[in-house]
Amino acid sequence: MFTYLLRRLVIIIPTLIGVSIAVFLLLHMVPGDPARLMAGLDATQADVEMLRESLGLNRPLPEQYFMWLGNLLQGNMGRSTRTHNLVTYEIGLRLPATAQLTLVSIVIAVIIGLSAGIIAATRRNSAWDYTSMIVALLGICTPSFWLGLMLMWIFAVELRWLPTSGRGDWRHLVLPGITLGVGAAAIIARVTRSSLLEVLNQDYIRTAKAKGLREQVVIYRHALKNALIPVVTVIGLEFGFLLAGAVITETVFAYPGVGRLLVDSIAFRDYPMVQGILLILAAQFVLVNLLVDLLYAWLDPRIHYDNG
Amino acid sequence: MTTVDATAAAANLVLAQRSRSLWRDAWARLIRNRAAVFGGVIVLLLIIAGLAAPLLAPYSPIKQDLRNSVKPPSMQHLLGTDVHGRDIFSRIIYGASYSLRIGFLGAFLAGLIGSVLGLISGFYGGLADLLIMRFMDILLAFPGLLLAIAIIAAIGPGLNNVIIAVAIFSVPTFTRVVRGSVLSVRQNEYIVAARTVGATDNRIMRLHLFPNILAPLIVLVTMRIATAILTAASLSFLGLGAQPPTPEWGAMLSDGRDYLVLAPHVAAFPGLAILLAVLGFNLLGDGLRDALDPRMRL
Repeated sequence: MFTYLLRRLVIIIPTLIGVSIAVFLLLHMVPGDPARLMAGLDATQADVEMLRESLGLNRPLPEQYFMWLGNLLQGNMGRSTRTHNLVTYEIGLRLPATAQLTLVSIVIAVIIGLSAGIIAATRRNSAWDYTSMIVALLGICTPSFWLGLMLMWIFAVELRWLPTSGRGDWRHLVLPGITLGVGAAAIIARVTRSSLLEVLNQDYIRTAKAKGLREQVVIYRHALKNALIPVVTVIGLEFGFLLAGAVITETVFAYPGVGRLLVDSIAFRDYPMVQGILLILAAQFVLVNLLVDLLYAWLDPRIHYDNG
Repeated sequence: MTTVDATAAAANLVLAQRSRSLWRDAWARLIRNRAAVFGGVIVLLLIIAGLAAPLLAPYSPIKQDLRNSVKPPSMQHLLGTDVHGRDIFSRIIYGASYSLRIGFLGAFLAGLIGSVLGLISGFYGGLADLLIMRFMDILLAFPGLLLAIAIIAAIGPGLNNVIIAVAIFSVPTFTRVVRGSVLSVRQNEYIVAARTVGATDNRIMRLHLFPNILAPLIVLVTMRIATAILTAASLSFLGLGAQPPTPEWGAMLSDGRDYLVLAPHVAAFPGLAILLAVLGFNLLGDGLRDALDPRMRL
């Protein structure tokens, strides 16, 4: 297991370096002078030159990259050109809110997705099956920002059951959590259904049924255990996607998380902040994928660690 | 009928059956699939709406009429009006052309770039494969919409930039699928035979490999049109895509969110249009997948 982990870590290092180069180059791909963009329109030429000097923007590109990477490895992502606070401080302020929203949405997605998938598979070709799969298809096709607005209109504006926006107690998490979780729930439902159907056709399930076990026992004790292996993988992958999907949900519900900070920072051309957020979200995604790989190998003994 | 005639008739029948191509078989399977036909009808209606928007739309999509601001659906304005008094039905019809343009161009560009990269990667292997696939890993490290957002952050908002962003967003998916297909096809005997008779790499890729990976590619293009439409609408909603007064569905929805209390229909209908378009292309893509290769699962 340790060798496997080590090998996987070695594989993701070039990816992370590549991500850092891509994010670093982002600022240099923007049309115009990066120092002028970061200093703002009302800055004097002297201010712009001072900023250029302090950020090392007058040095060769590779030197700039290594300087930036050196700072990054020491946890320094620079300062926001909008608030002048440290980027790490600003992200640190909002990351817990995003993490909380993502966790709530994955819990919602797992509860809805697993239940719908199990019902669909165990009542194959019934009205239950068709309804849950049609709803799952609609869940995948529905734009999350539209769903969020419609939920807000019904439950916050018309019925006044829940708050429209912001962050506070658990009630502030219900609508954003559902909005963010619906797409993942749909995918989990589909994977659960197909995986469970595949397992239900196996010989050992027939044996379990033949020896007279109750349907419930066969499904929950024998079939589900094996059917859940690919589902767990999908849940892990979806978790990684949800952190990025929070960009839209947070914008809809004016939720003070990292996603909304990213959109605001792009609008204000706050490039150190944009770079910091992109790096953090990409790095978490790569690490979540690594964890999912390890979890998959651990859950399914048929996958040998030495096969990489 | 003589024996000779009967044999000739039987031979003709066999020949006629053989001449039924893969595409005709696939078409027959596709039109038997009700969900795919439903998806196809939605796509067809969208294309008609997009192409004939000036004929079908009762009002101008951008001309303001402030006296008729945020009117609910009525006989005059089937889906009501927005805050500037513009007819939402007309804007949705015009919006179809924007969404289709972004969807088709984005998916086509991604398919083109991804196919070339996937063909090179799968056919040559070695260093080319390593470099291309590591580059794809870097792009895939930005989850979901984030890659498109990062690209827009670099090149700026706007309709053309959205097409570039959604295209790059889909390139890794195409590259991986094409590479996978090439890896499985290149071991076939006809490729070895072509090489033996001295065909150049370029000729093998163009005439022998590409036609044989066309089926998964068509399915993927259809599916990615749906993704491109959804991604573009998301970017516009975030203010990073089409800018006002362009009647793009995501941008219309973004306008509508400020008037949710007063006029929820302003946000509701453009969202339904996006949902229908994405559903149509997804159903058609699913149907094409089953029709072109029932064993294939993308």
